[in-house]
Amino acid sequence: MTRLPSGGLVDRSVTLSFRFDGHALQGHPGDTLASALLACGVRVVGRSVELGRPRGVFSAGAEEPNALVRVGADPMVAATTVELRDGLEAWSLRGKGRVDLDAADDRRCDKGYLHCDVLVVGGGPAGLAAALAAGLTGARVILVDDQPRLGGDLLNSRVRLDGARGLDWAALVAARLATLPEVRVMTRTTAIGYHDHNYLVAVERRPGGERLWHFRARGVVLATGAHERSLAFPGNDRPGVMLASAARAYANRYGVRPGRRAVVFACADSGYEAARDLAAAGVEVAEIVDPRAPGGEVVTGTTADAGGLLDGVRIGSRRVEADLLAVAGGWNPAVHLFSQSQGTLRFDEGLQTFVPDVSAQAERSAGACRGLYGTAEAIEDGFAAGAQAAEQAGFGPVHLPRVPDGDERALRAPAALWMTGPGATQAGGGEPVRAEPVGTEPGLSEPAFVDLHRDVTVADLARATGAGMRSPEHVKRYTTAGTGADQGKTSGAVVTGVMSALLGVGPGQVGGTTYRPPYTPVSFATLAGRDRGPLSDPVRTTALHASHLARGAVFEDVGQWKRPWYFPRDGEGLNEAVRRECHAARTGVAAMDASTLGKIDIRGGDAGGFLDRIYTNLYSTLPVGACRYGVMCGADGMVFDDGTTSRLGDDHYLMTTTTGNAAAVLDWLEEWHQTEWPALDVSFTSVTDHWATVAVVGPRAREVLSVIAPDAAGLAFMRHTAAEVLGVEGRVFRISFSGELAYEVNVPSWYGRSLWEAVLGLGAVPYGTETMHVLRAEKGFAIVGQETDGTVTPQDLGLSWLVSKRKPDYMGRRSHARPDTSRDGRKRLVGLLADDPAEQVEEGAQLVAGPGDRVMLGHVTSGYTSAALGRTFGLAMVRDVTTGDRLTAVSGQAAVPVTVVEPVFYDPENTRRDGDPSVARRGGDASPSPAGPSAEACRAESPAAGFAERFAAAGDDRVRVREAPFIPMWEVRGADPGTGLRLGPAWWLVTGEPEGRPGWVDVSAQRTVLELDGPGALDVLITGCPVDLHPSVFTAPVQTLLGQAPVILEPTASGYRVYVRASFTAYLAEWLLDAIAGNLVILG
Amino acid sequence: MLLIDCPHCGPRDENEFRYGGQAGIAYPERPAELTDDEWAGYVFRRDNPKGWFHERWFHAHGCRVWLTVERHTVTHEIRKPR
Ligand SMILES: [Zn+2]
Repeated sequence: MTRLPSGGLVDRSVTLSFRFDGHALQGHPGDTLASALLACGVRVVGRSVELGRPRGVFSAGAEEPNALVRVGADPMVAATTVELRDGLEAWSLRGKGRVDLDAADDRRCDKGYLHCDVLVVGGGPAGLAAALAAGLTGARVILVDDQPRLGGDLLNSRVRLDGARGLDWAALVAARLATLPEVRVMTRTTAIGYHDHNYLVAVERRPGGERLWHFRARGVVLATGAHERSLAFPGNDRPGVMLASAARAYANRYGVRPGRRAVVFACADSGYEAARDLAAAGVEVAEIVDPRAPGGEVVTGTTADAGGLLDGVRIGSRRVEADLLAVAGGWNPAVHLFSQSQGTLRFDEGLQTFVPDVSAQAERSAGACRGLYGTAEAIEDGFAAGAQAAEQAGFGPVHLPRVPDGDERALRAPAALWMTGPGATQAGGGEPVRAEPVGTEPGLSEPAFVDLHRDVTVADLARATGAGMRSPEHVKRYTTAGTGADQGKTSGAVVTGVMSALLGVGPGQVGGTTYRPPYTPVSFATLAGRDRGPLSDPVRTTALHASHLARGAVFEDVGQWKRPWYFPRDGEGLNEAVRRECHAARTGVAAMDASTLGKIDIRGGDAGGFLDRIYTNLYSTLPVGACRYGVMCGADGMVFDDGTTSRLGDDHYLMTTTTGNAAAVLDWLEEWHQTEWPALDVSFTSVTDHWATVAVVGPRAREVLSVIAPDAAGLAFMRHTAAEVLGVEGRVFRISFSGELAYEVNVPSWYGRSLWEAVLGLGAVPYGTETMHVLRAEKGFAIVGQETDGTVTPQDLGLSWLVSKRKPDYMGRRSHARPDTSRDGRKRLVGLLADDPAEQVEEGAQLVAGPGDRVMLGHVTSGYTSAALGRTFGLAMVRDVTTGDRLTAVSGQAAVPVTVVEPVFYDPENTRRDGDPSVARRGGDASPSPAGPSAEACRAESPAAGFAERFAAAGDDRVRVREAPFIPMWEVRGADPGTGLRLGPAWWLVTGEPEGRPGWVDVSAQRTVLELDGPGALDVLITGCPVDLHPSVFTAPVQTLLGQAPVILEPTASGYRVYVRASFTAYLAEWLLDAIAGNLVILG
Repeated sequence: MLLIDCPHCGPRDENEFRYGGQAGIAYPERPAELTDDEWAGYVFRRDNPKGWFHERWFHAHGCRVWLTVERHTVTHEIRKPR
């Protein structure tokens, strides 16, 4: 054991048991894994990645290149950054970790979003001073530091300020910061990235799992300190070779004697400080080697015992027995974040290092990270930086506290020394420092390492420069120097220095490599946070979803929606189920959940004219009460979306879009209205989530309608009506996507599940998207995104009849006259029949003229088996073919002979759209008898009803969540209604008014309202909401994102109201429950 | 993650917005009178400067207003959107 009997910041009254490579060991609170290993006499902590050389602890911080270990499920972490805890299990590595997919990982990682006036990175003397100076002005200040306690290098040193311990000053400042309500101090939090517009990302290590913090700061003070560096000499990697500052930290902070007999290589004055502190800790300091002294010597190599542990240090021709070599090679300001912020660096000849030069953002470095290494001067610089940052944010000035008096001597310049030993040359091609030859003892042939983690040596660099490389970026990629887990924190300066020596130019001319985030390694679990498993992407569900689940539906993902793919019965597979569902739709009655189709309410005196410009066909001429199918194109003339648009009133239309394109189409309409035709009187409101839609399909569909909406049962094809649907005000459209008699029945989504159950109760067979696809393909209806891919015009799809010749212009018209779109020989939609009626052509298969032919004429877009046709069939986009041509569909090893046919396979004369013609001729169907089947009136069900119990169970006195159901809501455009939430220019959401006014769009069922109350509600919201929720800023409702869901967030007297789209309700409810549970774990 | 100061909503993260490409490209008044090359210029060809660039951003998850933003394509500095 090498633990000192007293001293340091570890709590010897508490013992923590841990295991390293299976051995039971002990340490104390305040230890890192590295300090505990050293205290237990563990000198070899791993093997190097390429050469397998034994390696020991080299540093005391995030820059560690050697002591990389596996801890639990974390495959590779630096032991110097792992806080010791009871029960910790760690294993040594050979330079490289491996993910153990079976390792238990019960961490709950999440994210957090905070905004501030001044963000201070680093809690050492400069950072503490900056935070205090800024905090005293009343500015919102965040101070982050990666250590468990504040103080920075004061934790490691014995420096005295105003005659007292340096840490006492840090404690005074910390206590003062704690009294400032707008100052937030976050320890165990490592800033890892500095991005555009003062956006910084940090990882907070918490016992239950990391939190990834996202900060937006008006000003940033970087007080990230400096890393000591080593230099290249033979055998500089032996266990026992350590940075002088690390040796000092183990002695002073952790109460560990890092060796018995030490040589100190003092290229910089920090070596003397280390020597003094090591002596005080009972280490025998055999020699201080200072190349700057008159006649100064250098360390030229090391010797090792049979186990590879350091047992001697070569100084010229002498060998000095030692088990610790403390190397003080000089300091490198930790400019990583500064450089990430796009600030530029310059080489300081006096300091022999790169320092910040010109800032690129509202940022200022303070203290050691800009080369001010003295404690008092760092504090003075920190005060100035904090006050300046606050002032630029509009705070202050205030009277600054006094800078304490330090006991440090002024530092002398470090030696400009990067490599020693046989053949070493010096930077800038100066006089080489040469070792006297000392015979053939082992050690002379030892490699001199520049990158300990990657096992890169001076010889490797010499090979690179010898091959003509001049840039460190090239050398990095050639030698791998700087690509290890420490990302070159200990090696970068040495590589530059050695290269400058090899090339005979100054280090400033050589330069360094680009600093990239993250500053320290981050696990994927941390980056994912809560966005994993079921929450990895929002799942949108319809009001009918619980019914689908209960019926055993198999789902498919369409965008973010879960749609029933098919409804298997009695162990059916896809094919059997689809055959049965198709049969029901063609011969009886079937029903599908069509709620996911996008629905856009369009109003205004120019609505018809606007639609004429957007669609290829005419809508201004559409009679009120009628529906019309349309295609819209981009300016490039390619099909963008399709759907049916109905005229509800003179100035009122309802557009439907494809499921996947609903948001894109609404954006598209907004874009053209706002940016090109703002004078047109038209407005758009999404009502997708407000309405639940049930498609009732089949020759017996009218029987179902006559029960659920008798007033609409007699609707003509492509007509619609407002109608009472099982006691609820709904809308019925006579639209068919199958060729059969069909209705789309809409009710507010609260009633959707009840309507669905009633329709199925009347005998309709539920069907999913696969059956829908087969039915539409049998009719030759193209699907946007399946038959089209952004290169297909309406004419290519055979829809020329939909493209108006009368209109002067429509979106895409000019492009339809371009040579490429109007030429012959474009791919067109055709039907395909395989020779073998049982063989299905594969979607995506390439079509060629014959077996072995390599000219691709087109590709298969749809391939199905049809119950109605009793065989397989397909659709394809092919060029230069006519009906009857023979082709081969090639996919993988399969080559299927096919014949080109017309793309309409079923009922080409459209005889079935009003019902089965044979039944109609017999005078059947139609009106039901009064004694026929009946259904109960629709019941309302709120989207979060299923969460009520879990909401109640999750709450406590800190935070409560509940649904506020069935609130009438209206979206209002144009003039200010004088009430409601303002969502944008001329856009309001009015809530709670039972009656709408003319022009108000009923969106009562479009959004679900969740109320989050209690003192902990803000802590829950900041884990997913990127806007500034500080009570002084967040005073009015905002539209933004929470988790990954779009929401309206409204501050209330007791907390918050979250308005979320009905289809996102389940996602957001699960997200909130996870957030509440996660916060409880953390606060635990 | 850029910070775009929406004139209607205040400063918001870039991921609330949709990018809309170069600003100031007006839909031609009489497309039918344009040559194929002129029309292709409208549909396909855009500037790609190194430096200040007028571009459109749509505040999709906020006020749903199209904005014109001046952004420096090297430094990502943004001037007051409108
Ligand atoms: Zn906005």
